[in-house]
Amino acid sequence: MVWWLALLWAILKLIIAFLFIFLTALILIYMLRKVMGHMQYRMGPRHHGPHGIWQTVFDALKLLGKEDIIPKGIDKYVYLFAPVVAFVPSLTIFAFLPFAPKIAASNFEISLFFIFAILGFSTISLLMAGWGSNNKYSLIGGIRGAAQLIAYEIPLILSTIGVVIMAGSLNLTDIVNAQTRIWYIIPQIVGFFIFFTCALAEINHTPFDIPEAESEIVAGFNTEYSGFRFAAFYLAEFVNLFIICAIAVLLFFGGWKPFINPIAGILCFIVKTYILIFVSMWIRSTFPRFRLDQFMEFGWKFLLPLSLVNIFVTGVIVLIVDRIR
Amino acid sequence: MINNKLINKEQKDNKQKSGQLEINEISAVIEPGEFPKDYMEINFGPHHPSTHGVFRFIAKLDGEKILEVEPIVGYLHRGIEKIAENRTYIQFKPLVDRLDYTGAMNNEFGYCLAVEKLMDLEAPPKAQAIRVICSELNRICAHEVFFGAMGLEVGAFTPFLFGFKDRELAMHLMEMLAGGRLTFNYFTIGGVRQDVPKGFYEETKEFLKKFKSSLAEYHELFSGNEIFIKRTKGVGVITREDAIEWSMSGPTLRGSGACFDIRKVEPYSGYDKYDWEIPVGKNGDVYDRYWVRMREMEQSARIVEQAIESLPSGDYQAKVSRVIRPPAGEVYYRVEGTKGEVGFYVVSDGSDKPYRIKIRTPSFNHLNALNYVLKNSYIADFPIILGSFDTVMGSVDR
Repeated sequence: MVWWLALLWAILKLIIAFLFIFLTALILIYMLRKVMGHMQYRMGPRHHGPHGIWQTVFDALKLLGKEDIIPKGIDKYVYLFAPVVAFVPSLTIFAFLPFAPKIAASNFEISLFFIFAILGFSTISLLMAGWGSNNKYSLIGGIRGAAQLIAYEIPLILSTIGVVIMAGSLNLTDIVNAQTRIWYIIPQIVGFFIFFTCALAEINHTPFDIPEAESEIVAGFNTEYSGFRFAAFYLAEFVNLFIICAIAVLLFFGGWKPFINPIAGILCFIVKTYILIFVSMWIRSTFPRFRLDQFMEFGWKFLLPLSLVNIFVTGVIVLIVDRIR
Repeated sequence: MINNKLINKEQKDNKQKSGQLEINEISAVIEPGEFPKDYMEINFGPHHPSTHGVFRFIAKLDGEKILEVEPIVGYLHRGIEKIAENRTYIQFKPLVDRLDYTGAMNNEFGYCLAVEKLMDLEAPPKAQAIRVICSELNRICAHEVFFGAMGLEVGAFTPFLFGFKDRELAMHLMEMLAGGRLTFNYFTIGGVRQDVPKGFYEETKEFLKKFKSSLAEYHELFSGNEIFIKRTKGVGVITREDAIEWSMSGPTLRGSGACFDIRKVEPYSGYDKYDWEIPVGKNGDVYDRYWVRMREMEQSARIVEQAIESLPSGDYQAKVSRVIRPPAGEVYYRVEGTKGEVGFYVVSDGSDKPYRIKIRTPSFNHLNALNYVLKNSYIADFPIILGSFDTVMGSVDR
């Protein structure tokens, strides 16, 4: 009696999560097209429903219905599983995002640490796609992704340590609860800057979309992909965008605060996330792309020392404040 | 297999016995060859998103670095020069538009002036002024395309649409004149096809006003961007001497610091009447070439303004017979096209068809220098450098 109820509940949760994730990805694609369109004196999608809201739905359906082209000479399993490796971590991370107090699929002590561990997988999928496709453009794209990884991953994780020191926890719910008095964006503005920059690099967003630089290497790692495998990459990109902005909101913008009520909390959290997503789309439509070596230089010589200094200063101040108390 | 191994071993033994051979072998291995042993050969084009049409090149890469580039052209070859021999002078004129299709007016300009020189004919002053207006408006159009493409090349999509938005306005003006938007066939030998329609000057003035504010917008959005400056400064450097050596022309040459503009050096069609400057770069990198083009748009706007202000009255076309039969002879006439020197070498045998027409287009010469410029730069630089030449394959292949 109890175990099958638990199973049903788990399956229901899974379905809700899936629906939410797909819906988020579709909404984000639509939003990107609209935001970029209006910033570029265009309209964006107009047909299919009021203001073209069904456009991305049809696009996704079209991609799902397309032929799954498998080129010759590929490394078959690597090629076939790369989109899965891209998409599954994005889904998994949702399990650890607290949307409101007690509304998280899994709330365990080191959730922040775990999220970063899983986020790193997206680069493996780039490398797999690049290697498996038997295409030189893809290979260059994949290798670029891997090379880029070292430059941003370290500052990305170090930038959050300031927040962790201040909150005294790696649990995202605890971190949000610690922001009752003041959002960490104010004391940790440097940390936020580093985090957001590196996070954009993590999801291959525009100033750092080096692995899929269209003008240089056609489509980078996903040159050979089509149909639903391409859709998986594409959706994963947007889900990752949501995740990154959600983590930024949790760490720096007080998550669901000032609300404690779960429904208001979820709404507040999502609105904050969408505002950050809007900012990232703004960046996307204004910035040109870095060159790989310039980005590495930026990551190693600027972001990394800055994040170390940030940790040091935060630590010293926290120590002093503790002493005074 | 085994036999081979044995033989190899024997050979090695033999070599070890004679010391001289051994040393030679070692030194041959240690000496840095032309390329490191494992380089990657990769094919770009003919349909690659940033080769500006059907341009193809084979690059040898060492990681992200380009070691050597072999440009391959000819995918858009239409045999225009040969077609010219089978058409009358007037019939050939529309084809000239198809050379550098972003700057069609300037091609017509060169061709018409060449034939006029052959006939010892001069267009009336009003026609000359209208031609200058057209050619400068078209220069603005072409440089807008350059601006947009440059944005795409660096990875920003918005400049492309900003550029094309204003290009649309300029094209609308030329549509008023000629009816076409890309290939105009507006110039005739001895003038222009028809008089300027009503309201053209007013709309042009309005466009120039808008254009100036949108230029400021471009600089705010794109030209001052840190990343853009970082990407383009010091990239694709061509020294002044090399630029002349490679017979570059137009903004590419001026970006390298050579102050050479055919509109100033050999003024045609009354360019000497207007007050304008030649923007010149300093370092010869992509950044300078970009800024030369940006400043050139300002100067073009200035010329158009002056040309409208001081428009002479009179005929828009000289009296020319229906069938054009230039006297036998040959002539070379060059004008400043949107990408550089556009020259027409016309040989006439006295009949109504040209005996031979040789067209000199700037983009072809620029592509010749591609290996020299791209060597030792990164893959990420190739679209930018290629974009800074503003190549149009139609004019390369002819």
